[in-house]
Amino acid sequence: MGVRPLITALGLLVCWQLLVWATGAPPYILPGPLAVGRVLLARGDLLLEHALVTATEILLGILIGSLVGAASAILLTAWAPARRWLMPLLVVSQALPVFALAPLLVLWLGYGMASKIAMAVLIIYFPVTAAFFDGLRRTDPGWLELARVMNARPLAVLWRIRLPAALPALGSGLRVAASVAPIGAVVGEWVGSSAGLGYLMLHANARMQVDLVFAALFLLALMALALYFAVDRAARRLVPWQRETLPET
Amino acid sequence: MAHEPPPGISVSVPRLVFGGTLLFADLSCRFAAGAWTCLLGPSGVGKTTLLRLIAGLVEGGRVEADDGRPLAGRIALMAQQDLLLPWLNVLDNSLLGHRLRGEGAGERAKRERRARELLARLGLGHRLSALPAELSGGMRQRVALARTLLEERPVVLMDEPFSALDAISRHRLQDMAAGLLDRHTVLLVTHSPLEALRLGHRILVMGGQPVTLREIAAPPGPPPRPLGDPALLALEAELLEELAASDARMEEAWASAP
Repeated sequence: MGVRPLITALGLLVCWQLLVWATGAPPYILPGPLAVGRVLLARGDLLLEHALVTATEILLGILIGSLVGAASAILLTAWAPARRWLMPLLVVSQALPVFALAPLLVLWLGYGMASKIAMAVLIIYFPVTAAFFDGLRRTDPGWLELARVMNARPLAVLWRIRLPAALPALGSGLRVAASVAPIGAVVGEWVGSSAGLGYLMLHANARMQVDLVFAALFLLALMALALYFAVDRAARRLVPWQRETLPET
Repeated sequence: MAHEPPPGISVSVPRLVFGGTLLFADLSCRFAAGAWTCLLGPSGVGKTTLLRLIAGLVEGGRVEADDGRPLAGRIALMAQQDLLLPWLNVLDNSLLGHRLRGEGAGERAKRERRARELLARLGLGHRLSALPAELSGGMRQRVALARTLLEERPVVLMDEPFSALDAISRHRLQDMAAGLLDRHTVLLVTHSPLEALRLGHRILVMGGQPVTLREIAAPPGPPPRPLGDPALLALEAELLEELAASDARMEEAWASAP
């Protein structure tokens, strides 16, 4: 990472502004980046207030979803009955589009944060569980045989061999979680809410304040990016012994 | 380093099929107490399977210690891969068995001192907190040897532990292992006739399908025997010829198999 991606982004912004000037599109259809920037400054307080709500929903969603997902994966690994009874259910449950549940969640949990957090939890639970469980069951058989000859306790094998060996897989699951959790929160806000960037966008859109929609979108993208890089960093910290084999860009 | 006298081991296998081929039929053999037995033979003949059978990792035969007590808990294993855990440092890797058995903290300081001493003898005293990825292949396999020794088990099963190493590391590690494991019952599976002739008190050649075992007279003198010994080198040439012929026969057998 260096300045190159920034230059690319800047180039795209210039193209966007040029397009707006060239076509003379009215600001209630397509505002240019300059107009969006003005709204960002002028209505910063409002935007920040709503961004804070959405950020809280996303972070709590990731925290709870990751914890529950990781715990499920460990349970599935450690306890064979859980694998037999729950695994098929878990896979089939993924056939259900989570977004379709959003209205129900709002109905049950109300217009506040709870329904959005639940939405984010639901959407990241499966990727985290699936990735971590996958890692937990792919432990090098050589290690397991060595442990067997050493008369290791089963719990120690899980805790000291299977689990650390599966941390890179958990890291992949968390990266996916970080990139989909904002979707869950925003969809939840669209279905019914009284605060949050999703709520703000919906209302601004209805009032033709498209520049405000773009400003909210910009903040959302910024949050998602920050989140992804934070999780990516944490995931690398989790496995300091793993070497990256792709050259730095 | 083991406290109890090492037992001899007898194995009898009525019939064992592995990967669709009949490896063993009415096989019975005995491995002498407190001595190194080297198992030679062409690839695929069943050397590793025999070792895994003794380790209790494969079912299908009777394995007994000749002192009448169960073998479980008295065996340590050393494989061709070092099997070090990449997230543990050298010291912790060498004490893995104790950690996995959850042995009491009371003995911990004593165990750690012994591990430090042994690792220092193996030339790793200055790398105790290094992760496996920071070590060379030879050093990693020395850590694996330390881990095997610190198990303090009278029977040691080795599956080509030196074959992935460069010639110099291999030679050094063979000497170290021979010195440190001289009062153990050791079973060493190897591809290398030279290694068997250097290290074995007894040398068994496995061949055929199902397997038959043939003992070869080991060269005189205690292991590790010097490489320059002409008797040893002459025997190596002889053994190599025999193994090559046996290898060719096995390939023919596979080619003509239905």
